[in-house]
Amino acid sequence: MTAPMTEPMIARAADKRVLPTPFHARASALCQTNCWSSWNAYTVVDLYSTLEDEYFAIRNATAAFDLTPMAKYRISGKDGLAYLDKLMTRKMGKLTPGRVMYAAWCNDRGHVLDDGTVFHLDKNHWRLCSQERHLDWLLATAMGFDVEIHDESAEVAGLAVQGPTSCRTLKAMNLEGIENLKPFQLRYFPFDDTELLVSRTGFTGDLGYELWIEPAHAEKLWDALFIAGKPHGILPNGGQALDMARIEAGFIQAGVEFVPAAELVRPDRGRSPFELGLGWLVHFDKPIFNGRRALLEEREKGSRYRFVRLDIDGNKPGNEAFIYNGKKEIVGHITSATWSPSAKMNIALASLKMPWGRPGDELYAEIYYNRELQWNRLMARCKVVNDAFFAPPRRRETPPRDY
Amino acid sequence: MKKYDVIVIGAGHNGLTNAAYLAKAGLSALVVEKNPWTGGASVSRSLYEGWTYSNCSYVCSLFRPEIYRDLELARHGLQVIPYEGGITFMRNGDYFGSYSDTERHYREIARHSKRDADAYVRYEADVSRQTRLIRPLLLRTPPDPVSFKPRDVMELIYLIRTYWDLGEDILYDTIRFWTMSVGDFLDEYFESDIVKAHLAGSGIIGTALGVYSPGTAYVLLHHYMGDVDGSVGSWGFARGGMGSIAKALAAAFQSFGGEIKVDAGVDKILVANGRVKGVALENGDEHYANIVVSNLDPKRTFLNIMDEKDLPGDVVRKARNFKIRGSSGKLNIALDGMPAFYGMAEGHELLKADFHFTDSLERMERAYDDWKNGTWSKDPYLDTLIPTQVDPTMAPPGKHMMSVFVQYCPPQVNGRDWTDEKRDEFGQTIIDQISEYSPNFKDLILHAEIRTPRELENEVGLTEGNIFQGELTADQLLFNRPFPGYAQYRGPVKGMYMSGSGTHPGGGVMGAPGANSAREILLDLGRKNIVPAALNDE
Repeated sequence: MTAPMTEPMIARAADKRVLPTPFHARASALCQTNCWSSWNAYTVVDLYSTLEDEYFAIRNATAAFDLTPMAKYRISGKDGLAYLDKLMTRKMGKLTPGRVMYAAWCNDRGHVLDDGTVFHLDKNHWRLCSQERHLDWLLATAMGFDVEIHDESAEVAGLAVQGPTSCRTLKAMNLEGIENLKPFQLRYFPFDDTELLVSRTGFTGDLGYELWIEPAHAEKLWDALFIAGKPHGILPNGGQALDMARIEAGFIQAGVEFVPAAELVRPDRGRSPFELGLGWLVHFDKPIFNGRRALLEEREKGSRYRFVRLDIDGNKPGNEAFIYNGKKEIVGHITSATWSPSAKMNIALASLKMPWGRPGDELYAEIYYNRELQWNRLMARCKVVNDAFFAPPRRRETPPRDY
Repeated sequence: MKKYDVIVIGAGHNGLTNAAYLAKAGLSALVVEKNPWTGGASVSRSLYEGWTYSNCSYVCSLFRPEIYRDLELARHGLQVIPYEGGITFMRNGDYFGSYSDTERHYREIARHSKRDADAYVRYEADVSRQTRLIRPLLLRTPPDPVSFKPRDVMELIYLIRTYWDLGEDILYDTIRFWTMSVGDFLDEYFESDIVKAHLAGSGIIGTALGVYSPGTAYVLLHHYMGDVDGSVGSWGFARGGMGSIAKALAAAFQSFGGEIKVDAGVDKILVANGRVKGVALENGDEHYANIVVSNLDPKRTFLNIMDEKDLPGDVVRKARNFKIRGSSGKLNIALDGMPAFYGMAEGHELLKADFHFTDSLERMERAYDDWKNGTWSKDPYLDTLIPTQVDPTMAPPGKHMMSVFVQYCPPQVNGRDWTDEKRDEFGQTIIDQISEYSPNFKDLILHAEIRTPRELENEVGLTEGNIFQGELTADQLLFNRPFPGYAQYRGPVKGMYMSGSGTHPGGGVMGAPGANSAREILLDLGRKNIVPAALNDE
């Protein structure tokens, strides 16, 4: 006789098309559009009300985004830091308890499997948070280390709380001392008879925090957050608004700016950290890490691609446009594009063939657009921008100003 | 004393735009401003502790995106947040709401008239066509139709071809549109009074004309031709108030080495041997430059700070005849909380937009009758917003700031100057009207700034308090603005230019007159033009 399925087994069973996150009831009550999309098997809101309102909640007030579907791995054991040093291209030594680090990890060809954040939760306890799932690779790398790796994706609910009034909102939620939390720090707060983990991290390039809690307390967290945030303009935001904000911040996204190396059928289509503007995350002064040999070779021989941020003339977004040089040769393409309401620029992220994208290179985006059945083609001049398109000082201020 | 290349009189948004471009082009530029603060009519001041008002202009749409981007105003701290829709409360307890979502908007109109809901498609296409025709003209200098200079001839051909390409009926439509009343125009589309009343507001705001006065259809277009992030017709809040626009422009200007002097009212533009040589301030200081730009309205420019004997007679006459009539007032109110409105759920999204309390064209026309009779409207048309529902910077959390634009308010009351008592009586009329629709509004008022044309004229320097620096009627638009023969930003004295809303393309916080004027100055100096052309709008 087989035992009946337990609640979590039912919740994760594959006979359901998509899974609800622990915030589902709250999110669906506020979702006016019925625009949902699926992400790592969960259904999440793409658009709650209007793109403008949600985007400007991120840039003008406070916006809450359900990031529960992120993959989360608990790494425990006395070899944890050594393990992370082998996994990541970055030196992880500065990751002391209470801190978070952004890092990327590669396969042996030096192609990026994913990027993500590592939280040092407590002595001998870390959490790796990423968009894609990687248990297979994480376990394979763990050989020889005294570590345990546990997929805790379904055991932690997450809410990103981002925007200029986000600190004020969390203060109003009685998270004492939240204003002293510095970028890439984390802290635990008592909440609803459990622990609420808050990290000053995010995907918007703005002042913001991420809140992590056990799923059973998720709805209470949402309610407390929205009550506290009401006088500070809180709104929920879906994936569309987040995408605009992360492009403005100049952040890459797995599956968009690069294909996670584990999924590649054509292995040469991967991208190395250097080819994604992540060279600053590669530390050759540590003796061993996944992909080191290939990356050393790349450093000597040169990269194939260059990741660039582009400011494009005009106001027609250049989604998926080819990029041409001054001789009308195709030298790359745009991976993400949007009009930036905060920078007031027509912006894009692009992957260019080397050596294109140097300062002073003449570049054009080939943009097509349709007006009442008439197709037009534009060759819009592009300028390479070195930093984020929009980077308000408040994102680094501690304590942050009130708005 | 240091000699500048150029002195700009008045630190409003157009004066600052003009000065920013000239400084960016490498000229040494000084802006002199009579008030202790900058901004002109795009100004944010705190008159009650903890609150910031947008004291004059209050929403943003017309400001040219080309200038916004080119002068990097985002980097200098400007953020414009769009809002959607609008609402007109009705006397019967119902309301009409306007939504940005097409289907939702359709259903709301259909609640009042099914036919009008369908007609709105035709209305929107016709209005959009007109905005598409006018938008490219905003950053162009109007051609002089009697000039044979190649540039004027080319521009005139461009203008005619733009219309001709769309077919001759579009030209007829355009001429009608530019001359007819907003009431007649709306009557051609809609049967429902409330729908017409809601839409007609844009045709009278800031103008001393009624909904059935010829020329008001254009004023509607003037309010529709802007955009926020490419969404034509949308309006938005400047974060921190409209003063943020002037502040960002001032920061851009200063980043190019420009200098601003406040508390520096101009007494006279100095002219010698038929050309300008600088300005004399009211405090007795003099500053010298070969180019002087006046950002003041044409009456103040030619009749107050220029000597009539330095000017051709026709300019003096035209300046005297220039139509700049005070017709509007403004209340800025600090509120202890969010007012409730009858029939509206708390937190309803329509309350984040502009709201109005005039539910018929008849009531709007009667409001205009009061103005003609020399008094403020007893049942006025209000354009009301509570930006603090969106902007966290202008009031403490949970508290609010209300901006009320009032149509109509005359420059004098029954032929006599305004007094403080009359001003407060005027303010009370407005507060009473809003109270009819909001039970707790009066109890929430902590402070109110009441502004009649008297206050607008004395403080901002707009003659009669006219918000557009002159009526937006066809006789004062394009190559007629401010007057025929002087529509290309050049004054009648060598080295003297105009940059204010009294020049093409007119009022609203647009920046276009200032930018166009800078382009003409650079042309006269033989310098490379750096003022951006209009974006391709196709």
